[in-house]
Amino acid sequence: MLIKKPADIRYSEVTPKHVYLNRRSFLAGIPAAFLGARELLAGAKLANVGKSKLSIDEKQNTYKDVSTYNNYYEFGTQKEEPSQNSQKFKTSPWTVSVEGHVAKPRKFSLEEIMAVAPLEERIYRHRCVERWSIVVPWVGYSLSELLKKVEPTSKATFVAFETYWDLKQMPLATPERAGIPLPYVEGLRMDEAMHPLTMLSVGMFGETLPPQDGAPVRLTVPWKYGFKSIKSIVKIKLVGSMPPATWNITNAHEYGFYSNVNPTVDHPRWSQSKERRLGEFRERQTVIFNGYGDQVASLYAGMDLKKYY
Amino acid sequence: MPRKPWARVNWKKVPVWLLSLTPVFWLAWRAWNQDLTANPIEYITHFTGDWTIRFVVFTLAVTPLRKLLKQPDLIKFRRLIGLFAFFYGTLHFLTWFAVDKFFDVHEILADFVKRRFITMGLIAFLSLIPLAVTSTKGWIRRMGGKRWQKLHRLIYVTGIAAVIHYYWLVKSDIRLPLLYATLIGLLLGYRVIVYSRTFSASSLKNPR
Repeated sequence: MLIKKPADIRYSEVTPKHVYLNRRSFLAGIPAAFLGARELLAGAKLANVGKSKLSIDEKQNTYKDVSTYNNYYEFGTQKEEPSQNSQKFKTSPWTVSVEGHVAKPRKFSLEEIMAVAPLEERIYRHRCVERWSIVVPWVGYSLSELLKKVEPTSKATFVAFETYWDLKQMPLATPERAGIPLPYVEGLRMDEAMHPLTMLSVGMFGETLPPQDGAPVRLTVPWKYGFKSIKSIVKIKLVGSMPPATWNITNAHEYGFYSNVNPTVDHPRWSQSKERRLGEFRERQTVIFNGYGDQVASLYAGMDLKKYY
Repeated sequence: MPRKPWARVNWKKVPVWLLSLTPVFWLAWRAWNQDLTANPIEYITHFTGDWTIRFVVFTLAVTPLRKLLKQPDLIKFRRLIGLFAFFYGTLHFLTWFAVDKFFDVHEILADFVKRRFITMGLIAFLSLIPLAVTSTKGWIRRMGGKRWQKLHRLIYVTGIAAVIHYYWLVKSDIRLPLLYATLIGLLLGYRVIVYSRTFSASSLKNPR
């Protein structure tokens, strides 16, 4: 696992910080007509991003933390592999098909996705099932905005999501290698999907997403373990029964469909009572619903959270 | 007059020392460069764990390699290599105990009882302690070669427990645990074959 190849790039070869910090002025200097609306490249500055009342007031993790410590098994199962193996991932053109029990099923281009609702920055906690957590300034809007556009019918009780899967672009993405069935799929109950906190994210740190963080469009569900926040979405289907979810299929005993952050329900192999915020030395206590209980606990009123983990 | 200290150095062992310490130097270099990933504690835990199981494999490989390569002198390095398995195992244990859990005995005991991969890891580590303690020439003399060898077969337990510990802790990608399971399986299988052959040979030699 860990005899690592030395990093391909030495620190001395990395773009000097002042040049790096000015890359946006370089990008901004490219005439929009030449760039074209299609070129929504990873790491491009996003314009007109508003603030959100849903943001938390906690110290954010660094861009480096968030972009070099990833679980994205299609690009490798070690934390630093996705950032190394995904840089050529082509996310343009991109379409997201929204279908199923809806009055107006349709495909959205990425440009259309970007224009569904005003983009806003939301600083959310993100708690991984592996006991680490980060604070990330995501950019996007509530998933409900997109779902409203296609007019869900009364038959829609769950939402199923699917990640892009292509061995040409993701040569490591075999189920044998990843140890999970692919393509990666996830699901939410309709009321969870329509909750304002549930976010369709197209960026972070004011820029479009890098591939390893789920470019070009991903889900962000801050009160659930990170694996529920599916990356690089190509399909959203409104369905009438509980859809499959990759980790749940892989090991139902360890990963439930709901997977709400809950310090009192342990993973069978490790305690969930604490977590390590990346960048901190001591572990901190994990909070029920990742601290979003006052906004989401009512969704689960009367449910036995030990049974529906 | 006491001999000069370097007169006692076994120069043949110096390369083994240097090679065996290379991972520590590598880790220290990465730490110096603040290049231990976004989660250094997890990185160090995995790094030291990986090197522990590798050194267990190296230790178990000495005996078969002596025969296969016809290099009986390799036995002179076995204790040293085994001690490095203990060295990395200790670093691995201390990273978990002192850094990750920060001496939280309450949580550690809970983990030990409830988390079977931790239980298995501790079995692997604890099984190395008597071997490390009795690794000196004095102990070999006191115990006698036969008894000493018998005790040191505990490393078979270490190997099996270490593989299970690794297999139980990964989330889904079991390729590396399977690789070590295969290696340790082969190395232990070799001993089973040798043992059964000598057993049947000696029973042939001494018919009732």
